Amino acid sequence: MMKISKSPWLLHYDGSSCNGCDIEVLACLTPVYDVERFGVVNTGNPKHADILLITGGINRQNEAVVKQIYSQMPENKVVVAVGICACDGGIFKECYNILGGVDKVIPVDIYVPGCAARPEAIIDGVVKAIALLDRKRELKKRNAAALHKEA
Amino acid sequence: MSKRSIVPFGPQHPVLPEPIHLDLVLEDEKVVEAIPSIGFVHRGLEKLVEKKDFNEYVYVAERICGICSFMHGMGYCEAVENIMEVEIPPRAKYLRTIWCEMSRIHSHLLWLGLLADAFGFESLFMETWRMREKVLDMFEYSTGGRVIFSVNKIGGQRKDMDNDMIREFLGVFADMERSLKELVKTFLNNSAVNSRLRDVGFLTKQQAFDLGTVGPFMRSSGISRDTRKLGYAAYPNLEFEPITSEVGDCYARTDVRIREIFQSIDIIRQAAAKIPNGEVAVPVKGFPEGEYFMRVEQPRGEAIYYIKANGTKFLDRMRVRTPTFANLPGMLETLKGCQLADVPILILTIDPCISCTER
Repeated sequence: MMKISKSPWLLHYDGSSCNGCDIEVLACLTPVYDVERFGVVNTGNPKHADILLITGGINRQNEAVVKQIYSQMPENKVVVAVGICACDGGIFKECYNILGGVDKVIPVDIYVPGCAARPEAIIDGVVKAIALLDRKRELKKRNAAALHKEA
Repeated sequence: MSKRSIVPFGPQHPVLPEPIHLDLVLEDEKVVEAIPSIGFVHRGLEKLVEKKDFNEYVYVAERICGICSFMHGMGYCEAVENIMEVEIPPRAKYLRTIWCEMSRIHSHLLWLGLLADAFGFESLFMETWRMREKVLDMFEYSTGGRVIFSVNKIGGQRKDMDNDMIREFLGVFADMERSLKELVKTFLNNSAVNSRLRDVGFLTKQQAFDLGTVGPFMRSSGISRDTRKLGYAAYPNLEFEPITSEVGDCYARTDVRIREIFQSIDIIRQAAAKIPNGEVAVPVKGFPEGEYFMRVEQPRGEAIYYIKANGTKFLDRMRVRTPTFANLPGMLETLKGCQLADVPILILTIDPCISCTER
């Protein structure tokens, strides 16, 4: 386990999932699995969130919602696609209203496959997201320092 | 008259695990009207019957909703079995009943937790969900999956529970019943919880009937109707009565669901005592031809499956009417006249399942 520097806040949005992954995401937040031990807190406000967990594929109705939530999150954010539907459409790929996985509309950093994704897999994804978040912050700091030097 | 204002609610909202959008028309703090817009989870899976053959479609049917996944799979299978006139072995019927009731327990516990979360009782939420994990463990032990099981097939079950396993489950349920009795005291007797639930969101018996509500939402308004009484799976051999309440407010809905959890444990106990030995599946040959309506009592109420088959491996039409869809008009009625702060609780007390509704 790497050292965790900050406690990231997590936002969960249900794309067009069957609920299976959603209840597993919620199960991660409750006893037995409990991601709060990694300092992860669930929030409902996109402007508070560092990690976006999306379950389910993208359809025509929620496309704009997902884009908007993503744009509202402050910089240095990580997107985790939970479940095979969020990764590429899964069993519903051939449905007429499914455009595909989440990466059709916003950049996805971490893919957690599974139907439904198991809590252990989701926690693994979230822990990887925390590491990535730290790396992104580090990179930004270094870039800013380099720019400052040039000036 | 004060000025009216419209507050958008959802689709992404802290209390909503699933996306639904409501435009709440307010007069000061009072809700005058609620206008829903749905479709955020619509996938169009009914049309998939044209692309997946009828045996394969069981997997899609299970994924209509991850909470009642077992019952959706079973409802679809029973409908096709009825068209093909397949009689499944008695042991399979009992297994279906046991898994159905386990689904109901896990769904009601999940709902109780979300309700506790909606009125801000975090520790109660955690406590309820910890109990729910026990049911999921049993599911994992017996089927291999936590939320999606894939144990249904046309002609019976893919997996069997051996009798030792069933006995072990009875022990877990007995423990659970004891700790649940302690836990529900907080839901039913705590004054803070009571003040949020009592006298909020009334639905009269007449309204419940006229608006076509189903399930615990209907039963808590005094209509005694339970689709399990129609007799699918092993229900005709088991004794139970629909659980009702005459009051029709949020407290009554909580009360009815809590008593249903105990009823489900009782049904599992009866089924475990009566389960016969033998095969769990029969071989099925040929393709279905004809049509059938199957009605199943899910945790949220009555679900209807309509299937029309044409004698090929692809079905002509498959239609699902899910309980939340039937309960939405009732929910909108209860929202009228309530306080804005009560909206999350009112929405939750119908136990909405949006992914069923929109399929």
